[in-house]
Amino acid sequence: MATKIFAGISVDVNDEGYFTDSSKWVKEMATEIAKEFNLELTQKHYEVISFIRERFQKGEALTIRSVGKSGITDIKGFYTLFPGAPLKMASKIAGIPKPVSCV
Amino acid sequence: MNAKEEFPLKKVCIICAKANLEDVYASLVMANGAVMEGIETKVFFTFFGLDAITKKQMNKLHTATVGNTGMRLPNGWAFPTFMGTIPGIEGMVSGMMKKQMEALDIPTVPEFLEMITAGGGEIYACKLAMDMFKLTKADLSDEVKDVLTVGDFYGLCGGQGTQIIFT
Repeated sequence: MATKIFAGISVDVNDEGYFTDSSKWVKEMATEIAKEFNLELTQKHYEVISFIRERFQKGEALTIRSVGKSGITDIKGFYTLFPGAPLKMASKIAGIPKPVSCV
Repeated sequence: MNAKEEFPLKKVCIICAKANLEDVYASLVMANGAVMEGIETKVFFTFFGLDAITKKQMNKLHTATVGNTGMRLPNGWAFPTFMGTIPGIEGMVSGMMKKQMEALDIPTVPEFLEMITAGGGEIYACKLAMDMFKLTKADLSDEVKDVLTVGDFYGLCGGQGTQIIFT
């Protein structure tokens, strides 16, 4: 457990850097979290982030496949937007817990 | 003793040699899971595993209903071996498995291959097995990067933090 300051607000994150309370997240924080990955957010990034937050809030399973079917980007595009481990990176930036899906 | 040093997994090389639905999916889930984690991934299909990347066969994979001790009826009873030999049963059981997988958002074989390559994973076919089954590159999915000899494949498996997994 640690405390970090994003957009002037202090928030609790777990050992891996995921928000412990997703309701503390505001859009302005995304840019600052993304900086930890040396990532410059574009409009597309924000669309993906709001999509995965929406899915999380509805309690729906979050998978790479679901992002690929979102109509925002395809799977290849998702990997390009968030290089490396896109689902984990995007979840961290979106202030939601670590994804638990295996696909 | 020195402080424990950790060497994270950097690359996985997965070998799939069987055509059973469950064996192919084991390879595909492991491969895609590695891609999702940002781990360099290479999958080598050989022998009957080639069915998973052969256009004509990839949508027709079955699970074995004979000689499969894990098979159970929906109520939990052991699946009688004689039933597995009845024509059509294997197709029916495989259909049930596929329906269950769809419900869990597990992709079909062709889609899984696309997901792996979309994330930068690489898919290869074994040259010797291709010759045995008289297959050509044209028979294979477009996601297959190349047809390799065993030696070629090992050549791709170098580097610290690499593991070879045989499913």
